[in-house]
Amino acid sequence: MNKKWLSAPYLVWAVAFIILPLLMVVYYGLTDKTGAFTLENFLAMGTPEHLKALGLSLLLSLISTIICLLLAYPLAMILVASNTSKTSFVVLLVILPMWMNFLLRTMAWQTLLEKNGVINGILTFLHLPNHNLINTPGAIVLGMVYNFLPFMVLPIYNVLAKIDKNVINAARDLGANGIQTFCKITLPLSIPGIVSGITMVFVPALTTFVISNLLGGSKILLIGNVIEQEFTTASNWHLGSGLSLMLMVFIIISMVISSLFDKDGEGSAL
Amino acid sequence: MKKRVLFTTIAALTAAAMCGCGSSDTPNGEVIVYNWGEYIDPEVIEMFEAEFGIDVIYDEYETNETMYPKVEAGAATYDLVCPSDYMIDKMIENDLLQELNFDNIPNAKANIGASYWEQSEQFDPGNKYSVPYCWGTVGILYNKTMVSEPITSWDVLWDEQYADNILMQDSVRDAFMVALKRNGASMNTTDTAELEAAKEELIAQKPLVQAYVVDQVRDKMIGNESAIGVIYSGEAIYTQRENSDLEYVIPEEGTNVWIDSWVMLKDAPNKENAEKFINFLCRPDIALKNFEYITYSTPNVAAQELIEDEDIKNSPIAFPDLTQYENMETFLYLGEEFDENLNELWKQVKSN
Repeated sequence: MNKKWLSAPYLVWAVAFIILPLLMVVYYGLTDKTGAFTLENFLAMGTPEHLKALGLSLLLSLISTIICLLLAYPLAMILVASNTSKTSFVVLLVILPMWMNFLLRTMAWQTLLEKNGVINGILTFLHLPNHNLINTPGAIVLGMVYNFLPFMVLPIYNVLAKIDKNVINAARDLGANGIQTFCKITLPLSIPGIVSGITMVFVPALTTFVISNLLGGSKILLIGNVIEQEFTTASNWHLGSGLSLMLMVFIIISMVISSLFDKDGEGSAL
Repeated sequence: MKKRVLFTTIAALTAAAMCGCGSSDTPNGEVIVYNWGEYIDPEVIEMFEAEFGIDVIYDEYETNETMYPKVEAGAATYDLVCPSDYMIDKMIENDLLQELNFDNIPNAKANIGASYWEQSEQFDPGNKYSVPYCWGTVGILYNKTMVSEPITSWDVLWDEQYADNILMQDSVRDAFMVALKRNGASMNTTDTAELEAAKEELIAQKPLVQAYVVDQVRDKMIGNESAIGVIYSGEAIYTQRENSDLEYVIPEEGTNVWIDSWVMLKDAPNKENAEKFINFLCRPDIALKNFEYITYSTPNVAAQELIEDEDIKNSPIAFPDLTQYENMETFLYLGEEFDENLNELWKQVKSN
């Protein structure tokens, strides 16, 4: 039986929209404006302003990944422990914001955090001092956590839901207390979910430029902003491509770590 | 150009399956226009479509710098673009434009003031490629309730008492123009020391800046989010209409006098329709309608005569008498290497 032709549309799709564009990025990354081969676009990552942007991106995305994990894990545990009708409702609540456009949601945060925004308006009403919330690294982290939290909750929830209750009951029967059960049974078994959650939060947070533009007032330059500006305003596609490829190295590293832990691919089931 | 060949091949490969030539009720074809955001009265487009039976395909950009790579790479096809002075210079130099046939655009020479054609000579010698659409200055918009003393100088953008109350332009040349002019340098300087000094000024200013924005200056100033903002004069009338506390000044150190003009791309597919479109926009009644909507100064003197509100007709913001200033300049295109250097300096400012 030859059913290979069934995969043809996907192959065409992958070639046209993934492989070819990627090859173009590689081509631009390895050439200069005259079309000659060069490694300069890669090495440009080493300049102080690019390193600073990369460092800041790594730092902010790391912080938001940790916050996401700390928020998502207890939530996922509560969801698994509670009864089913409630669970699906809460899962729906987690997914619900994603029905709305990502840009709009981030712009809504702008309105909330602004000087004369909703939050400061409430503070003024309560006669509390106003705070400068927007255009700070904290606002960017907030935007990242808000936008990417569902990508942490769902894989962890999936993995936790699949853990056989009998394993946990056995641990309790054999005298383990709640903390021991969690540390020795639940946590190790949920690592695939955690790892895939971390990847799914860390990678988009590392490369974002929209969140830092809208909530950072273009004052805080992340590596995503540098690359975006090379393509848009500086019109140096070669440098932008070179930097993108270097950034991919970091993404590949996090993918490799993820695959080491997540051998069965359990956590990737969203 | 290599980039273009590669891009077109890939685009052709990927887009082969997507056939987008929809038939419509516009018998006379189409014209594809690429303009600044909110830079035309939508009704003007409708009127043109109704009158000529030509479908207007309309696309927008936020800065000259974002427009250029898209047009240069041929990533999308356009007939008409509306870039600023120095960008027109660059496009002419890089052979992206075609000369206009003014016989088919009689309204242009008839209605647009001689001084604007003269000013255009700086970037379009002989007035062969461009038709002036809007012009203006760059200045400081401030909120009278938040700023006590009258503002006269760019210095206020470095004044610590307005920390976190300053909006700067997120556009390379405008930002550097402010710092260069404040230092008494020309905005078209290529002197490394002057540019370095301007960079240091911008870095020193950064902690005081609330945000680097382009079109958002307008909304943030109207919403009392900030006390001071760097803005194009064309936005001043609109913002004052919305928030009467706002005041616009041209700083005494001088500023940029800019012109945005219509140009036709070399490979424009709808040349005749594009000519009709420019000619339509140069009609006094249409230019007036457009002016009232976008509030950017029109070089169309016939339209200016038609303005009913005397205050606006003689407004020193919309139609300043440039002869009273000695230190006004227009941006010039200073070569690709200069652009790269300036972008590099800007990146250093932003990453600091």
